[in-house]
Amino acid sequence: MATAVMTSLDTKSRAASHGMSDIRIRNLFIVPTILFLIVFNIFPLIYSLGYSFTDFRASSNAPANFVGLQNYRELLNDPFIWSNFAITAKYVIVSVSGQVIVGFGTAMLLNRDIPLKGLLTTLLLLPMMLSMAVVGLFWKLLYDPSFGIINYTLGLGSFEWLSNPDMALYAVAITDIWMWSPFVMLLSLAGLSAVPKHLYEAAAIDRAGPFYTFFRITLPLVAPILMIAIIFRTMEAFKTFDLAYILTSQPTTEVISIRLYKMAFQEWQTGRSCALAYIVLIMVLAITNIYVKYLNKVKER
Amino acid sequence: MRKTMTGLFAGVGLMWACGTSAQAQELTIFWAEWDPANYLQELVNEYEAQTGVKVTVETTPWADFQTKAFTEFNAKGSAYDLVVGDSQWIGAASEAGHYVDLTEFFTKHNLTQVMAPATVKYYSEYPANSKKYWSIPAEGDAVGWSYRKDWFEDPKEMEAFKAKYGYDLAPPKTWAEMRDIAEFFHRPDQKRYGIAIYTDNSYDGLVMGVENAIFSFGGELGDYQNYKVDGIINSEKNVKALELYRELYGFTPPGWAKSFFVENNQAITENLAAMSMNYFAFFPALVNEASNPNAKVTGFFANPAGPNGEQFAALGGQGISVISYSKNQEEAMKFLEWFIKDETQKRWAELGGYTASAKVLESPEFQNATPYNKAFYETMFKVKDFWATPEYAELLIQMNQRIYPFVTAGQGKAKEALDSLAADWNATFKKYGRNK
Repeated sequence: MATAVMTSLDTKSRAASHGMSDIRIRNLFIVPTILFLIVFNIFPLIYSLGYSFTDFRASSNAPANFVGLQNYRELLNDPFIWSNFAITAKYVIVSVSGQVIVGFGTAMLLNRDIPLKGLLTTLLLLPMMLSMAVVGLFWKLLYDPSFGIINYTLGLGSFEWLSNPDMALYAVAITDIWMWSPFVMLLSLAGLSAVPKHLYEAAAIDRAGPFYTFFRITLPLVAPILMIAIIFRTMEAFKTFDLAYILTSQPTTEVISIRLYKMAFQEWQTGRSCALAYIVLIMVLAITNIYVKYLNKVKER
Repeated sequence: MRKTMTGLFAGVGLMWACGTSAQAQELTIFWAEWDPANYLQELVNEYEAQTGVKVTVETTPWADFQTKAFTEFNAKGSAYDLVVGDSQWIGAASEAGHYVDLTEFFTKHNLTQVMAPATVKYYSEYPANSKKYWSIPAEGDAVGWSYRKDWFEDPKEMEAFKAKYGYDLAPPKTWAEMRDIAEFFHRPDQKRYGIAIYTDNSYDGLVMGVENAIFSFGGELGDYQNYKVDGIINSEKNVKALELYRELYGFTPPGWAKSFFVENNQAITENLAAMSMNYFAFFPALVNEASNPNAKVTGFFANPAGPNGEQFAALGGQGISVISYSKNQEEAMKFLEWFIKDETQKRWAELGGYTASAKVLESPEFQNATPYNKAFYETMFKVKDFWATPEYAELLIQMNQRIYPFVTAGQGKAKEALDSLAADWNATFKKYGRNK
């Protein structure tokens, strides 16, 4: 303790000797961060909001003309955009539900006294450590109807996963579930290990069955941390781009971020794509708010 | 102290001056990642040997080419001095001021006569018939076909084909014959399939594939002069062409819904398909035994004729343009003067590039150099291209959105897809004030 106090005093005195107060030192670290946020986050956000009310095209040298709410009006009346949102919603529901079921289930299995538990947990975490591009290319080969190992193992012949418009979105979701279930598993495992053991002992004394124990003890106590996992994964799934872009080019897998990319960087409709980005941002914020409210309710119980 | 500072500034100044001088001795050409870019690098190495100017051909995968190029243009970046840009970019790039106007250069060197007419029309001139030129035809290209000669010339197959269809098995002269042959060789139980066509909808793969059918059926994409599309893009001829393309998709290998030039060459090298559509630029890999174990038994034919005997093909290839934001424009123009020389164009063709020089193309030396050069020469006189207006990217995406579900999943009808496309294109042209 004495050493710590001495060190602290030494630092203070050294700083003071260089004419730097605590506030100056603090500002030295905070000001660059604030500047970084303003330059790279806040300024582009406001700038793009301005562009969303114009007909600006980055590919032309023509100036941006103010068009009011026209971009928003056209986008919200565009059936293709609504179809992209519907695809995104379907993808989010399938993918996040799958990750919660698989991730939480795996965490339940690992929350026991099993041999090599640490090694198993580490190995199960590997998929989420890989890059999206690598996972996409890897699963593209696995799904290949001619030589892919999935059809070979399941005896599906030349079943088309990625070329089949009805199946392609599920194929992307399966890959996402494989990649991100470990994330849900990790958080669930943390939640499960925090459940007080005496509650299970009390339930056992009361002869409560596994079903009752799970729904009355385990799930309510893990629910807040599971909700955090769901919030993160929903936000990520809503913004998904890489996997769907690499794996397929089906119209049925054109999630909203792919449409946004095409609009901004292939069609160069800069103003319009800024408006779409804002619509997506508002939607993500709305969904996250609903989740957070629900999370608070779960915590209050 | 003053002396030290003066020395320091002088040193920095000298370094800066030397740096600028060194920069002028270097040029960077931006192109997509494919074999012709490698041939170009070999060619420009010879330019370096002659002039001391180092030229680097920087490449990026085709999927990113357009995005990366235009991102750099829009940022007015000087990373590249020249670009071998796609033919449909010319409207967007010239109207936005990204390309240097080469009209004077064209006139001075009489390039309208030196280069093959189709290459000048589609790679260089914008707007159409304006006599304003923005690039030098660099890599002439079009879509052609490769086929398995050993499958076609097998006596048992020939006999069976004749018995079933009533005519001899040979490279197809019409799209109807091509459909029959594709059906005949389509044998999924033997892992052999009839045909490999373009289906990738992420850029212009599918659209170019369908264009091959549309143009040969006598159809058009629209009237490029007055932006009229209704009754043209959704004409009866185009409906028939699109229906046949959809039918051909049924004879492709499984999972062929995102296939472009790489997969279509693999269809031949991996014994998957009897016939395969591809740009001529990819055919050198098919006659090379190192990259194609079936090189000796691979044949080539030009895009077949439609029901009325019309025979056209979709244009590929690119022109080379000087980027307005380049700091080495003068050096770039000197390079172009070297590039258009007869001996350079001849050397370009020898290395594997598809020269657009009329003189070289017409020479027996060129036409007999490979099994497909003659077909290429003939094809280059009957090519047509996609819209080159600044809105081409929107038009391309709309066409992909409308025809892809019909071709690969059989959703809806060809007429419905093309009617919807006509409506989309009309709306786009209206939005940009083109069809007033």
